Amino acid sequence: MPRIQIITIILSVLLLIFIVRLIIKGRLREEYAIVWIFSTLFLVLFSFWRQGFETISHFLQVYDPPNLIFTAAIAAILIYLLHLSVVVSKLQEQNKRLTQELANMRAKQQSSEKQNAA
Amino acid sequence: MQQKIAVIIPAYNEESAIEAVIASVNSLNSSASENRYIPLVINDCSKDRTGELIDKADCIAVHLAVNLGIGGAVQTGFLFALENGFDYVIQIDGDGQHPPQYIPLMLQELKAKNLDVIIGSRFLTNEGFQSTLARRMGINYFHHLNKWLVGVSIKDSTSGMRMLNRKALEIVSEYYPDEYPEPEAIVLYAVNNLNIGEFPVQMNERQGGVSSINTAGSVYYMFKVTLAIFFTYLRLKSKK
Repeated sequence: MPRIQIITIILSVLLLIFIVRLIIKGRLREEYAIVWIFSTLFLVLFSFWRQGFETISHFLQVYDPPNLIFTAAIAAILIYLLHLSVVVSKLQEQNKRLTQELANMRAKQQSSEKQNAA
Repeated sequence: MQQKIAVIIPAYNEESAIEAVIASVNSLNSSASENRYIPLVINDCSKDRTGELIDKADCIAVHLAVNLGIGGAVQTGFLFALENGFDYVIQIDGDGQHPPQYIPLMLQELKAKNLDVIIGSRFLTNEGFQSTLARRMGINYFHHLNKWLVGVSIKDSTSGMRMLNRKALEIVSEYYPDEYPEPEAIVLYAVNNLNIGEFPVQMNERQGGVSSINTAGSVYYMFKVTLAIFFTYLRLKSKK
């Protein structure tokens, strides 16, 4: 087994352990973790099964197997980034609504206190 | 019957002008007017003494815990007015640009013409502060964009002085743009079939504070608002 393969296996297994630990500790929500678990499993799988990329590249008629890795990885990253933007937009909207509700509750309380004092 | 009108004043770092604006709104009540005009100041996380000043002033002070920007701040006022039984709302700037003495006149016109929204306009009589040429060109661009898209001609498309009845209030409480909301809101009113009118107002130059739109920001402003207008139009149209 070539050295780079051993290094890759160790790194991808470590990454998988790290992600599982984050979920157990509650620092990463499961719905966002699914993508990470799958991509890490993917890394682990192909670090063991070296011929896999060549087989798949050959099947898809990709001339140079590394190109397939780059294309697939960039596509996956872009889609995940889009997903994160959606999450952030939702959070921002919820944050706005919370802020408005809180501010109005406080203002109502304050103005009724003012009236009672007068 | 006495009617309650919330005068929504979004304020971000307006310590130099805010007290005078609140006082002039309150002075509308001094005469034997049948309506009550209540200043509703939304302090959008000001870094100066605005928050302190409005707590002492005769108004309803609403303090946002995080900075929401002009749209989110104004919408806070809409929600407050809707939940607390106000009959009308009018939004004016916290920097003294919009003279409150026009408010009762705008209300009269709104009722007389059976409008849902009435917008204070500098460009009907072209009197008072007219802004710079570059800004007038921008305002005119949004005027024509809205006219072309929804067939509504509002000359002062970026005017922040606008009065709404409860029908319109319910719509803007549901959705209101966050950033630079004025031109986009016109599309929002129009697609919801609200009756929109304009009323001639002589505005002042700002008495304090800084504009939220600087020269570098104006290109972003034009682009962002144009995009937002199209998307709002498409979203609302597809819902119907």
